[in-house]
Amino acid sequence: MANLKNVTKKTKAQEMGMHTEVLTGRTQQKFFNPDEAENFYYFGTYDVDFNKRTDLDVKDMTAPEANKEIDNLMSQGYGTIVIKNPQGKHSLGVGILNKLNLIFEGSLGYFGMGSCDGPIVRINGRVGWSCAENLMAGKVVIEKNAGSCFGAAIRGGDLICKGSVGARTGIDMKGGTIIIGGDAGAFTGFMMQRGRIIILGDVGINLGDSMYDGTIFVGGEIGSYGSDAVDSELTSSDQDWLKRKLKVAEIGENFDVSKMKKIVAGKKLWNYDNLEPTEKKGAI
Amino acid sequence: MCGIAGLIHRGKSSNVGSELQGMLQALKHRGEDSTGYALYGDTDGKHFIMRFKVGENVGEGSSSVMEDVSVYDERKKIVDQTLAELGAKVIKEERTLPYSLRYEIDYDVKDLLNFSQTIESIPGVEILSMGKSLEVIKDLGNAKAVCDRYSLDKLIGTHAIGHARMATESGVDIKSAHPFWGYPFSDVSVVHNGQLTNYWNNRRALENKGMRFMSECDSELIAVYIAQKMREGASLEEGMKDSLTGLDGVFTYFVATKDSLGMAKDTMAAKPLVLYESDDLVAMGSEEIAIRSVLPQEIDTYDPFDGEVKVWRI
Repeated sequence: MANLKNVTKKTKAQEMGMHTEVLTGRTQQKFFNPDEAENFYYFGTYDVDFNKRTDLDVKDMTAPEANKEIDNLMSQGYGTIVIKNPQGKHSLGVGILNKLNLIFEGSLGYFGMGSCDGPIVRINGRVGWSCAENLMAGKVVIEKNAGSCFGAAIRGGDLICKGSVGARTGIDMKGGTIIIGGDAGAFTGFMMQRGRIIILGDVGINLGDSMYDGTIFVGGEIGSYGSDAVDSELTSSDQDWLKRKLKVAEIGENFDVSKMKKIVAGKKLWNYDNLEPTEKKGAI
Repeated sequence: MCGIAGLIHRGKSSNVGSELQGMLQALKHRGEDSTGYALYGDTDGKHFIMRFKVGENVGEGSSSVMEDVSVYDERKKIVDQTLAELGAKVIKEERTLPYSLRYEIDYDVKDLLNFSQTIESIPGVEILSMGKSLEVIKDLGNAKAVCDRYSLDKLIGTHAIGHARMATESGVDIKSAHPFWGYPFSDVSVVHNGQLTNYWNNRRALENKGMRFMSECDSELIAVYIAQKMREGASLEEGMKDSLTGLDGVFTYFVATKDSLGMAKDTMAAKPLVLYESDDLVAMGSEEIAIRSVLPQEIDTYDPFDGEVKVWRI
């Protein structure tokens, strides 16, 4: 893998401001192609109408039953589904690979909205651990608080929590944006590889521990920095992007982004010191 | 994995036996090898309630053995004789199961160390709890099975903690089940979700100070650790805060006393806890569904952060 640090030609995704990170070394870089995405549909997805709306009461349903019923409603063309009485059940709304407007009137348990690609989701409650794990695209908005491992390993999309979140937010994330209106717990951004995390409040100890790449913006106090997490200069384009994102997230519209701290990877961990054989040869 | 749950009513009593049963049953997928309750009932406070066992209920991986009822009868007789020798008068006795007993006793000594050591010197006898309000009930099976077996659903009180156990570190038996009594302190109990990695170091140090361990379950260490801190003069909250550095590993645990309920979470926040707090009720559990069993309406809950310790009073 060539060192991409010197690549001057911007990809379409970079031109769109979707990401600016340039990875080096062994890390593979696969850019999002908006032209491909436009025509991309998963097998078995449905053509839904956002104006076609229905309610689904899941009070007496198990999670698999509820998820199958959501799929069934999408197959009938319903593009807006309101879930009543989720009552903290686990694994609701997982694996939706479809455009869909999904509204939960209540709180979710663990693994809510996991492995989704495309839906716009609003949760008028709280979510448990590992909400939206592996999210690939779409938008998930949580009106209250969230548990630990929020947005673990997400690849894309916007994941927004208007309240506070637990520990290990954005652990192993590989893209997308996580926005927190309140505080975040310990090990936020642990081993993150790409993407961005915005926290308007305070954040706990070991922020960005062992992060490979990506960016974390913090508005409040930082408990402590994790291994290889370092401060970076907050540029004007960062501030523009933050304002834009916060507006989309419907939080912190009047937040003074100019005072936010920007944290990135110091890239001193072993994988960044380990050059490819050809690069090593050149260096010698 | 294990699940823990607890609740405290402030300013009133409620059917805590039934409420905790609902909370723990909602967590049964986290483990149903055994389930335990620590219930703080409404009593006149005149007499001690001693819950104890004279035998084991044995499941997978346990080093204990099932014994004949006649053995239990013999042990009970020795307990009765010993209580009389100690000057403790049995006011009321219930034998829920052949191996499990509940005594109300008139005993006018505050330091229970000598009392407990004397009773537990009888082979096969273990005091599950001792207090003016506390009753620890634990046995094999899920929350509903244990609740039904011991008729706990009618118990009225102010607060309670409980544990649904998936046995990982020790066998399936009553002695390894939670909650653990904060021996030798009256009305102190502990439940824990997690693993402690400096169990043996702490155990050796505490045993040298005269503390007793009844099982090889790492969670018992928390009860003994906090009890030792309190013996040295620390408050419950101080003891719990000290445990964040004194105990190594991952843990979320609850401690309850006669009039309070506390929670502590390790500095890595590796174990889950969801908390609901209002002026008249605090309810918490490993998962939100536990809280939903007592508060089905939409409520505001949150995850406490790493290294957090909280204590509420009735």
